[in-house]
Amino acid sequence: MIEALGPHAGFILAAYGVTIAIVLALVAWVLIDGRSLRRQLADLETRGIRRRSARKAALDRAAAP
Amino acid sequence: MALLDLANPTRFMTLTDRLLPWLWAATALVLGTGLYLAFFVAPADYQQGETVKIMFIHVPAAWLAMFGYGMMAVSALGTLVWRHPLADVAAKATAPIGAAFTLVALVTGSLWGKPMWGTWWEWDARLTSVLILFLMYLGLIALWNAIEDPNKAGRVAAVLILVGSINIPIIKFSVDWWNTLHQPASVFRMGGSTIAPSMLYPLLICAVGATLLFLALSLMAMRNEILRRRIRALRLVAAASPAGAAA
Repeated sequence: MIEALGPHAGFILAAYGVTIAIVLALVAWVLIDGRSLRRQLADLETRGIRRRSARKAALDRAAAP
Repeated sequence: MALLDLANPTRFMTLTDRLLPWLWAATALVLGTGLYLAFFVAPADYQQGETVKIMFIHVPAAWLAMFGYGMMAVSALGTLVWRHPLADVAAKATAPIGAAFTLVALVTGSLWGKPMWGTWWEWDARLTSVLILFLMYLGLIALWNAIEDPNKAGRVAAVLILVGSINIPIIKFSVDWWNTLHQPASVFRMGGSTIAPSMLYPLLICAVGATLLFLALSLMAMRNEILRRRIRALRLVAAASPAGAAA
């Protein structure tokens, strides 16, 4: 496979390798950031600190028969 | 659903929650097909040999580097003119992704340039203007992080984005306006593409796949930014109330 890429195989593989590394780093950053933010939001909500819309929804649920 | 409905962040979160799995599946399918065609079907170039395989990632990355900034410019207008609640969220979320794709374009261009031009880098108009684009992305990310109030940061960043958008036509037409080492446009040009269909179609499929990847990452980053702003708002509420301050 590598021989099929000719005398400049190293440049081709390096280009694809760097691209994969950068894209994987982006995906990991987005996922880790999202997980951390959801945890912080859940922590605030368990302390009873909620958005107005969430408070209203909770009150509506409580008032429902 | 009207476009205005998406102005509601909660509705945006619900919609993207449903859309993202499909978008990731489409990304994997299209990008996988494009890369398969690039590696196993597209022929070697008669002059550049197998190094032309770098084109299938370099060109989509370069297009998306400009596309990302274009999206930010539209978002900046949304922030300044229409005060759309998600406009600044979109611009801020797109910046790191645009910067990453610009970095891919610069690095893969350099790795393609060395065997073909005999140099890793040349201070010509195309390469320099793309480097400026990368530095502008970094500057904007730094600006958003330097100003604590997201609304104020959004307005300042929007002005800077619009001023910096002058660089986009400079990048596009640099190869026509100046004598550069970089080749002129060969896909979207008057008189049609100069690339053989056996290479052009894999390139276009890779470009569509990379665009889907860019959009999927941008939507996820936007969702994160919405959560970040909710957390900030809740912390302000907690700090303002005696019970929250005590907790």
